[in-house]
Amino acid sequence: MEVKIVVPHMGESIVEGTILKWLKRPGDRVERDESVVEIGSDKIDVEVPAPARGTLKEILAQEGATVAVGKAVALLETEDAAPARPKTEAPPEPEAAEEGEAKQEETPPKGRRRITPVVAKLAERHGVDLDQIEGTGLGGRVTKKDVLPYLEGRRPTQEAPEPKRKEEALPTPTPRRAAVPSEEEPVEVIPVTAMRKAIAEHLVRSKQTAPHVTTVAEVDMTRLVNFREKHKADFERQEGISLTYMPFIAMACIRTLKEFPFLNASMEEERILLKRYYHIGVAVALEEGLVVPVIRHADRLDIRGLAHAIHDLAERARTKKLASDDLKGGTFSITNPGAFGAVLSTPIINYPQAAILGVEAIRKAPVVRDDQIVIRHMIYLCLSYDHRIVDGATAVQFNQRVRRILENPLELIL
Amino acid sequence: MREITYLEAIREAMLEEMERDESVFVLGEDVGAYGGAFQATKGIYEKFGEARVLDTPIAESCIVGVAIGAALVGYRPIAEMQFADFISCGFDQIVNQAATLRYRTGGRVDVPLVIRAPSGGGVHGGLYHSQNPEAWFIHRPGLKVVAPATPYDAKGLLKASIRDNNPVIYFEHKGLYRRAKGPVPDEDYTVPIGKAEMKREGTDLTLVTYSAMLFPCLAAAETMDKEGVEVDVIDLRSLAPLDWEAVFQSVRKTSKLLIVHEDNRTCGIGAEIAARVAEEAFDDLDGPVMRVTYPDTHHPFSPPLEEFCLPNEQKIVGALRRLASY
Repeated sequence: MEVKIVVPHMGESIVEGTILKWLKRPGDRVERDESVVEIGSDKIDVEVPAPARGTLKEILAQEGATVAVGKAVALLETEDAAPARPKTEAPPEPEAAEEGEAKQEETPPKGRRRITPVVAKLAERHGVDLDQIEGTGLGGRVTKKDVLPYLEGRRPTQEAPEPKRKEEALPTPTPRRAAVPSEEEPVEVIPVTAMRKAIAEHLVRSKQTAPHVTTVAEVDMTRLVNFREKHKADFERQEGISLTYMPFIAMACIRTLKEFPFLNASMEEERILLKRYYHIGVAVALEEGLVVPVIRHADRLDIRGLAHAIHDLAERARTKKLASDDLKGGTFSITNPGAFGAVLSTPIINYPQAAILGVEAIRKAPVVRDDQIVIRHMIYLCLSYDHRIVDGATAVQFNQRVRRILENPLELIL
Repeated sequence: MREITYLEAIREAMLEEMERDESVFVLGEDVGAYGGAFQATKGIYEKFGEARVLDTPIAESCIVGVAIGAALVGYRPIAEMQFADFISCGFDQIVNQAATLRYRTGGRVDVPLVIRAPSGGGVHGGLYHSQNPEAWFIHRPGLKVVAPATPYDAKGLLKASIRDNNPVIYFEHKGLYRRAKGPVPDEDYTVPIGKAEMKREGTDLTLVTYSAMLFPCLAAAETMDKEGVEVDVIDLRSLAPLDWEAVFQSVRKTSKLLIVHEDNRTCGIGAEIAARVAEEAFDDLDGPVMRVTYPDTHHPFSPPLEEFCLPNEQKIVGALRRLASY
């Protein structure tokens, strides 16, 4: 059988050798291990032995030729059995090692959604609901590559999500024919920001889901006004922030929510969940829109604590330092259209809460007391509630109870 | 442009710098008349003579120590370690003397020294002819560490290292000496220390590597390209200082990072890169920072066993695929 004589390995980094001298010619008989050819390299010269006993059949490279290490330079015809060359098995497929590593975690643990830092950042910055996006990552994960096209306004890969509680799907707004701008009727086009879009969706969803009713209570704030006048200078000096009516109103609401749990609730298809914790949202008007950061466990705070919490959230909202956790988890909200002078409003509930209290402007007004006309500081409290969860009677009673606390502020002590 | 080998590029750099600057000289084992174990210094002794090419005893602490002394009095020595594996014999001189003299003298002295060290495996060299000890020196303040992959970078970086006033450890990969061939201009040029190079551009994944691993990385990137995944391949070239800006810029773009190095896994530079990226670019990540490295073991003599251990194109492709699909 035919056997190759190859350029041997001649040292680290040597990749080729040069035929220096053929010691045998075709037709010569050679013994096993007898030198057949001299091959040289940069580092060493070697004599290459015949791997078996036989006859040199053919020379493949002449003296002076350069041949790569491992390549054949001659052919030997031998009667011997195949030379004992150890059969090197192909190295075990590195695939095995790969698989071992990969085995660790290919699918995310059940019931948990994997959100990577960059996806979380994009979602927060642009007000994206990740449930709206189909994930192409491992285990259905929403990846950066899924979010970016969604933000660019391409069609979301999923239609409006399956309504979880069998509510009506969000209606697609009927497209209005754009007015053709002309010199007589100029039109300025404002692009809708992601935040505005998110607010819009939220409000539509709330109105579409909860049948809204607004009940109004008229509150005589004179005692509170006088109390505040008396203490506000000292308060500001001690606490470093101004004393507003909001902490009192918030505390009055929390007290009353404890007596009227259905106003601190949310509704699922088959159940109403009464929250036995009190995370009160306080609306802050920003240029871009309304945000409602939440005071967590507001029932654990006293007037000063509430004042600080409200002030801190408003500050952070205005300086864009709110974390996404600050906007989540509220159980009841208070809004303050009165700050801008409104006397009556019909606020929209902060879905999925059960109710929202709108606080209107305090103004001096003539009212009847003991059949006399007197001047008092009056305010309207406009409570919008979800009529599925809360009955009219309950809502009115709630509102009236808040009124009675505010008109008799000593009740706040208990 | 002419194409030369990695080894020829290194040799040319030394010849040209010795021509350009009288204070440059070479010292090491067998570097003189023999021309060096790998023939890196072939011809230098014939050209410049005994005064500028010193054959030293087999004592790395001596080689480095003498080089430090010479550097302190104004020479620019190029000290050769015959194999990077033996650099540990000169370790104290490097980390406690060369790395600290400027600091200890309040900046009054410089140690403009280059230590050339042939590192790397895949040449059936076994335990003492295959090591990648760069991590020890990257870790030590006061040292620069470079590791070129191409002939162009090898010549440019060696020239820059010789001209630098700091101690530079120059890791040349012995497997690349004759296997890497590439275009190198005739004119004088340097490659700045501390700058990485984007050897391939993409938008989906970032692959950071250096030295011989560049080649299987580029091959892997080519394979991924055919699967529709484009990979940024960054050749660090310098390990200390490291071009962090290049790494961060790419990670911000792709959000997914794979580091490949032939050095062992634990506390290889991949660990530092992963830590820093997790620390400073956490919000830009869309997947775990992954590494493909040599395992925490030695280099065997057995060729199939060494091949089993070394990172290769197949392993790199596997990691890139996992990262892409995360």
